[in-house]
Amino acid sequence: MMTHNKPSSGAHVGANRSVRQIMWQVMLALSPATVFGLWCFGWPAVFLFSVTLTSAVLFEAFCIRLKGKAVKPVLLDGSALLTGWLLAMTLPPWAPWWLGVVGAGLAIVLGKQVYGGLGQNLFNPAMLARVALLISFPIEMTTWANVSPLFFADSPSFADSLGITFSGLQNLDAYTGATTLGYIKTEFSQHRLLPDILKDYSAVLNFIGWTRGSLGETSTLLLGLGGLWLIRQNIIQWQIPVSLLMTVALLSGVFHLLDSDHYVSPFLHLNSGAMMCVAFFIATDYVTSPNTATGQLVFGAGCGLLIFVIRTWGAYPEGAGFAVLLMNAATPLIDHYIRPRIYGRDRKGKPLEIPKP
Amino acid sequence: MTGLFSNWRIRGGVHAEERKTSTATQAIVTDFPLPKKLYIPLQQHVGKPAEPLIKVGEVVLKGQLLAHSQGMISAPVHASSSGVILDVNDYPAPHPSALPIRMIVLETDGKDEWLQTPDIGDPFQLPPEDISLRVGAAGIVGLGGATFPTAVKLNMGRENRIDTLIINGAECEPYLSCDDRLMQERADAIIDGVRLMLHGMETHSAVVAIEDNKPQAFAAMTAAALPYPSVKVVQIPTRYPMGWDRQLIRYVTGKEVPVGCRSSEIGVTIHNVGTAYAVHNAIRHGRPLVSRVVTVAGGAVQRPMNVEVPLGTLIADLFNFCYVSPEKTARIVMGGPMMGDSLPHISLPTVKATSGILALTQSELKDTDEQPCIRCASCVTVCPAGLRPLDMANNIRANQLDAAVDIGLKDCISCGCCSYICPSNIPLVHYFKYASGEVAARQQAQHKSEQTKRLMEARQARLDRIAQQQKEEEEARIAAKKERDRLKAEQEATV
Repeated sequence: MMTHNKPSSGAHVGANRSVRQIMWQVMLALSPATVFGLWCFGWPAVFLFSVTLTSAVLFEAFCIRLKGKAVKPVLLDGSALLTGWLLAMTLPPWAPWWLGVVGAGLAIVLGKQVYGGLGQNLFNPAMLARVALLISFPIEMTTWANVSPLFFADSPSFADSLGITFSGLQNLDAYTGATTLGYIKTEFSQHRLLPDILKDYSAVLNFIGWTRGSLGETSTLLLGLGGLWLIRQNIIQWQIPVSLLMTVALLSGVFHLLDSDHYVSPFLHLNSGAMMCVAFFIATDYVTSPNTATGQLVFGAGCGLLIFVIRTWGAYPEGAGFAVLLMNAATPLIDHYIRPRIYGRDRKGKPLEIPKP
Repeated sequence: MTGLFSNWRIRGGVHAEERKTSTATQAIVTDFPLPKKLYIPLQQHVGKPAEPLIKVGEVVLKGQLLAHSQGMISAPVHASSSGVILDVNDYPAPHPSALPIRMIVLETDGKDEWLQTPDIGDPFQLPPEDISLRVGAAGIVGLGGATFPTAVKLNMGRENRIDTLIINGAECEPYLSCDDRLMQERADAIIDGVRLMLHGMETHSAVVAIEDNKPQAFAAMTAAALPYPSVKVVQIPTRYPMGWDRQLIRYVTGKEVPVGCRSSEIGVTIHNVGTAYAVHNAIRHGRPLVSRVVTVAGGAVQRPMNVEVPLGTLIADLFNFCYVSPEKTARIVMGGPMMGDSLPHISLPTVKATSGILALTQSELKDTDEQPCIRCASCVTVCPAGLRPLDMANNIRANQLDAAVDIGLKDCISCGCCSYICPSNIPLVHYFKYASGEVAARQQAQHKSEQTKRLMEARQARLDRIAQQQKEEEEARIAAKKERDRLKAEQEATV
């Protein structure tokens, strides 16, 4: 006779999507922009990327070992790899190797494991690490390499690249410059006006990603497409990206209309890979964003507002990291106040009244 | 982007893989060999168990009353075939616990001979109350799984002067197709049952709602309902749990049933298509509810089918008939795979609530490898009741059951959408069922301790009162003695 003694409740069947699949799909969505970034910035970027991902995984393994748990299943869920990947994408492509290691350590140990591991952290680990690095190592974190693709004659050779990543960059100025946003900020302090500053700005090159910037954050096109694919795959919901981008567009639009000499147009704001990366990949992090659709709209709008404020008036032109961390801190509050209405009850939880016939 | 355009009347839900085709494409099997023994539980419904009125050894006919209903909410039980009563005793219940409950064991004589009942003529000439009485006497209960006595619902509908009767033909659970087949093959009888219910409730409009993944059932029902303007057949989107009565009521009428109310209080009553069919049989043919159509499906079933079986048939007999492979069976589920319960073994009877028995293989089951919650909030998105399963589970894990109740534990309908969707394989519904049971147990324990305390206090008060009384009597006695002594002394003095 058949006997099955362990009782189990429904659902006995399930949607076949595991945590591991979700993580890998996000990485898949990131890969076009990443591959393009690695190609644009050559061997040093490849080295930095590898170092950061490897150290993220090693730090995770170390922490799990400390906890006394089996390492392999945890590593296989891909969350540490994804954190390392996101962090690497936001680093300057020719940054020294130790920046990747320190960043990965901050992200995995301080950003995630001290809270209790996957799903427990308050802040987005990759952004926490990036902001900590930006404050601690401002020079290294704002030295942006020129586009120098793999296999181009002017690009550094494999051997030179090893030198760039592992023993520091010599003759900095020849290879580096400022990002668009950073450049605007600097030139404002020289009392120049926007139409003048942006003479050399190419919307098309920025859209494709042929510009100075973080390792994997230059291409608006590829990151945007990756994000749209994630929405299509139902991995992320549309609420956060849409409300974030709309808020930035709206605010910058209003200010640009009022004073186009000092306020960058919404197109320039949105035509940046970093904005796409934050909207689709960073702010949508499940763990650190609200649970409800309405909460997510509020969260996205808050991120957008803070990004605009920090970019426009703050000291850091790349302020998205700060904006996301601040809104991460507000997430428990948003979840406390914005709750779904329970069937048959009003918003306060009281039973609905019986309608009079 | 689906969130933008979805109907506001549908909330949450999942679209689970249907897996209905293996049974939905073939006719209901009606030549199930009569089992040697039938195990008929006295409780196959919500409310009080029925009270047996037969003796062991008695010979009964098919459809004969075996146990009568007792109390306001209850239902009688009838003989599912003709034969001899072997025993009235405790046998394992078709429940995850398989704990013993009272059952009547009937040894069939193979004749399957019906009890003859008088013809009642045109039932629409009967007074409406008579319809409910006959439905009640036929032992009909909600066959969608809720097993609430149908007569009680008909009475409530009549008393509340409801305006719409909804007939639930959603059958949103994967695998199950018994209602689908019933609608395809016996549409006329169902529509007749619907009209009888309308008559019984003195209501003039019924809506039969069928999920749009059953076009043939819809066509058959539409054709059957064509002559009767009071019965409308509509298609509804296929989305689990569309068949949840309150979801269906909101979709069809736009009204939401307040928490703590019966749907009849807002003018709607909902019955299952199987129930309507049973009403037809009871009123037109005088046949009580003694059999039902059961879906037997799942990867371990070699001959999946819908089969009409007498109530009380052991699942083991059913599995033999359908060639269920014991080696392949990883889990036996009674009902659908979303809300159904796992059964520990198969020596359990089919009852009025049994819409399906599934023998699932390991590959069909959801992974049980539990991982940490990543707060993806899929469970919040799919919850049709508007709850936050992840927060409730967190509270329960920390043993903060009151906090879980505060955020809606009691509004959970155990539909299983959250467990279904969870990428971390967290058995959320299991948590909620555990917590609900625990909350009830704690309340009971608290009630008991309060009761004990009250008794203790009463006893103490009684003892105090007795002591006080004794003290007063003693004092009175001493005072009387003193008085006597004084009088005696006075007397002696005067003498």
